[in-house]
Amino acid sequence: MVETVSITPAEKTAGVPAVRKKRKWTADHWLAAAFLAPSVVLIFLFVYGFIGWTGYVSLSNWNSLVPDWSFAGLKNYLYLFHDFRFQADLRNTLVFTVLFIAAVIVLGQLLAILLDQKLRGESLFRNIFFFPMALSFVVTGVVWQWLFNPSTGVNLFLKPLDLDSKWYTDTTILGGFHWGKIEFGIPVAIIAVVVAAVWQMTGFAVAMYLAGLRAIPDEVREAARMDGATEFQLYWKIILPLLRPITVSVIIIMAHISLKIFDLIYAMTGPGANFVTDVPGVYMFETTFRGNYYANGAAIAIVMLLSVAIFIVPYLISSRKGGS
Amino acid sequence: MARSVWARPFLYLLALVMSVFFLLPVYVMVTTSLKPLDEVTLADMWKLPSTIDWSSYATAFDKLAPNFWNSILLVVPATLLSALLGSLNGYVLSKWKFKGADTLFTLILFGMFIPYQSILIPLIQFLREIGLYNTIPGLVFVHVVYGIPITTLMFRNFYAAIPDEMIESAKIDGAGFIRIFRYIMLPLSITGFVVVAIWQFTNIWNEFLFAVTITTSDKQPIMVALQNLSGSQIVQWNVQMAGALLAALPTLLVYTFLGKYFVRGLLAGSVKG
Repeated sequence: MVETVSITPAEKTAGVPAVRKKRKWTADHWLAAAFLAPSVVLIFLFVYGFIGWTGYVSLSNWNSLVPDWSFAGLKNYLYLFHDFRFQADLRNTLVFTVLFIAAVIVLGQLLAILLDQKLRGESLFRNIFFFPMALSFVVTGVVWQWLFNPSTGVNLFLKPLDLDSKWYTDTTILGGFHWGKIEFGIPVAIIAVVVAAVWQMTGFAVAMYLAGLRAIPDEVREAARMDGATEFQLYWKIILPLLRPITVSVIIIMAHISLKIFDLIYAMTGPGANFVTDVPGVYMFETTFRGNYYANGAAIAIVMLLSVAIFIVPYLISSRKGGS
Repeated sequence: MARSVWARPFLYLLALVMSVFFLLPVYVMVTTSLKPLDEVTLADMWKLPSTIDWSSYATAFDKLAPNFWNSILLVVPATLLSALLGSLNGYVLSKWKFKGADTLFTLILFGMFIPYQSILIPLIQFLREIGLYNTIPGLVFVHVVYGIPITTLMFRNFYAAIPDEMIESAKIDGAGFIRIFRYIMLPLSITGFVVVAIWQFTNIWNEFLFAVTITTSDKQPIMVALQNLSGSQIVQWNVQMAGALLAALPTLLVYTFLGKYFVRGLLAGSVKG
């Protein structure tokens, strides 16, 4: 479901080189290296090696059941970027990612601050906000598919308001303009998927913000109140800026989840009419394992990897430097 | 804390409204799963069942039980193995650092962020080659390998809290790599193992992409079978919801009783110090 990262705690202990340098490389060090070696080999083979292999497939002509390793150059990539479905995927991923991250950050901060107000029943509320994280995206998808069923679900509440949306079956693109082969804008159907994703992942952000809030010393709040700050000013001017590093982590984590999302959409809506809810993860799966277009699928996978790497590589490098 | 008179009631109201949003799917899931099929109509979606009917659970259980068992056969060994591997790696990378250890660690970490689509085609070819395609041990292997980054990260951070002086004095007393691990690190890492095991258990139980591409029909874990339920022509929503609840039950139970450790696992890495 989700993963998290930080390299900092262990790095902190690394700041004493004077003592460290004197240490001799003993037999125990060889033993330590020997215990680590299998994992290192596995990672280099199954992560880096296989990425290279996929990259190679994406440059080949293997678009049928039988492998064809002949070199195709960038043919598969060119095909994708001129493909209606892939262009729609890029639009959907962008819209989904922006809406999803924005909602998770706003809701995450709001609920974390709410839980920090020493309400009665706080732990009950916390558990209510957190429990969806323990669920599978497949379960979430199945349930929200039913909730957003166009002829029922939440529409039974919205009908009096005349807001009778077709949700994930709606092919309307809001604010649309022509771009390549597609209509660019916000597909209404994506909003339904965003709601489900936000429902599942907000707890993650709440937990992180709550940990951040608890780490802010009480003196900070007291000092602000002494200076006559209102509660609103206290949070808006002092607490929220202090939480900014956490927001960076939340953005990175949510962005990498959203850019590679597959199971939620596959279980909830599938590609949708006119591919209004399609994403690269679903396209890659269908074209590779249902259609046997391996080279095309590999090209989609590489594009996905690059989009994730744009966020993750700087984050990993800065975490490394920040710690030592 | 908040000063004005209306502030506290407003906070409770907000908490209540948000709770309704988070519990709404649960309400629909539970009520729908307990309805007889003729009450599962679009118009009656939000109504309580007139009588409690367990038959959809019986149907869902019949259909999902073999896959439920597959998931257990997958998740237990995969969790144990990856926790063990992670603790060894974390131990080496926190207490037996060598030149370049941090760079190596960063390279390992990258593995947990990649979209698995980018390794899936070679992975399946490889599994076919060694005869593990469409087998539970094959899936166990995959989850252990791709679990290395996260479990290593969690244990490395966990072990960083154990003072280096303890290791140094043990070395002076003549203890080596293995003795220190066995008699100092392991006894101190019970919480670490609980946190990592819960994390891996939840993730592997809920995982879908590897499951749907590496196994077929009778070898499929629960989440694939659940997804297939809705793939059939007529969706019986009551059975579907009962199935979703059954599939979610193990991780929900873990969360209910060990939620504290689950959140700790989540934070084990995510908050920068």
